[in-house]
Amino acid sequence: MSYLYYPGCCCSMKASGKAYEESLMAVLKKLGVTLEELKDWNCCGATMYMAIDQMQAFGMASRNLALAEQQCPNKTPELMAPCSACYVVMNKTKHFIEDYKEQVGTPIRNALKEAGFTYTGKTKVRHPLDILVNDIGLDKIRQHVKKPLKGLKVASYYGCLLVRPYSEFDDVHYPRSMDNLMEALGASSLEWPLKTRCCGGSMTGTVEDAGLRLSYIILNEAERRGADVVVTACPFCQTNLECFQQRIQRKSKGGISDLPILFFTQLVGYAMGIPERELGFHRLFVPFHFSPKQVVTEGVE
Amino acid sequence: MQQETPKQIRFVGKLDPDFVQKMWRGWKKVKFEEEMDPQFAEKVASYPGCNTLFDCIQCGTCSGICPMGSFMEYAPRKIVGMIRAGFKGEVLTSYTTWLCASCYACTVECPKNIKITDIMYALKQLAIKEHMHPRRLPIPVLARQFFEIVKKFGRNNEGKVVINMYFRTNPLLPLRNLIMGIKLYLRGRIAFTQDKIQNIPQLTKILNTVKM
Repeated sequence: MSYLYYPGCCCSMKASGKAYEESLMAVLKKLGVTLEELKDWNCCGATMYMAIDQMQAFGMASRNLALAEQQCPNKTPELMAPCSACYVVMNKTKHFIEDYKEQVGTPIRNALKEAGFTYTGKTKVRHPLDILVNDIGLDKIRQHVKKPLKGLKVASYYGCLLVRPYSEFDDVHYPRSMDNLMEALGASSLEWPLKTRCCGGSMTGTVEDAGLRLSYIILNEAERRGADVVVTACPFCQTNLECFQQRIQRKSKGGISDLPILFFTQLVGYAMGIPERELGFHRLFVPFHFSPKQVVTEGVE
Repeated sequence: MQQETPKQIRFVGKLDPDFVQKMWRGWKKVKFEEEMDPQFAEKVASYPGCNTLFDCIQCGTCSGICPMGSFMEYAPRKIVGMIRAGFKGEVLTSYTTWLCASCYACTVECPKNIKITDIMYALKQLAIKEHMHPRRLPIPVLARQFFEIVKKFGRNNEGKVVINMYFRTNPLLPLRNLIMGIKLYLRGRIAFTQDKIQNIPQLTKILNTVKM
């Protein structure tokens, strides 16, 4: 299996989500997936660019889609975008070009033509979670598990943009794919209602009180339900829930205690026995410790 | 009896004319048709994906599901109603559109399949275009900084955008966030070098063609 890899810039790979890239690369290497980086990719535009000029934002995202077609001329290019925002923006662009031909489709196609691209719209945008669960399959992942996470209570937090608004691979209201993945690793997944609630996004940097409040609601609910760890699939969610955790604790006057927030790939890699250093565990603000022995005796009692 | 009646009248008359003019602002909510913009709804609906605006049944599902709803001055249901009524000034100068974190909860839940998040995007663009966005809110400033950096280099730099925003809104905030910055730096999670794409002219050409 081979995919085109779109690293994404705004929040993920070279910046705060570095651990995500490291762990994703290590896990996919172990599972025998080859990746090829999209040459000369540009920013997807994120949610901010769309607020200033939507058409230009579509132009930015569609350049990536066209580049993928150029790089894989003979087959259907499958572009893997690990960041939820990149994933949704590129999917949205694809949908808008098809759905609103006059308003969006024609101008974008013309602009791409002038820049020397041929856009047919065959590029598929995929998320690593989709690839792990649907392409590689849970059975193969189960075979690779060396350290089963028995007794670990995992709260899967999908974040808002992973399944909304275009549910490409999972339910919009109550997604299950990440829970199934965690159960395949031997952990017990937590049923909780805030799986897809917004974490505040860039609000924590701009209107801090509002942003921290949203993150607090998620952390509080996860803790109340007895989660040992929260796993996310978005670099923004991870930054908000983890780096701002101390500030949330101070604001809520000790309402919540330390809760490790991991990328789901980090936990998959951990269960597969990949060394912690390669998975970027040293980049965490709240350290993650797991000792299966202790948990097993607790379970017996 | 004869004395009481004028007293009562005087009391009614004494219901402070100043109060009506200065204290009670209810009259501001009442608008005459001349003060509204009847073309506003159509202007918003002309943006891609926003033409379903007229299907709204004002059920309030969007306002209920919105995680930022409690911080907004007009919740999404009200905004849609106000757009249709033509309250252009109120809608474009409000904080509501900028507080939208674009989580698409409303778009997914709407029983009439209205793309409320895209309506919010349309309002943001209109507000920027007509220079009506709230001046002291950091969110439009952040958006603008992001826009300019991405347009120039093709890629974004998280640290640079945030620092630029702080210096334009509240120069004292970086000091408060300094510890967080140092922590991020020590863990290698923040970069200060600007990434560039190789083919910037190509990107600029796409952007300029789309604009026209």
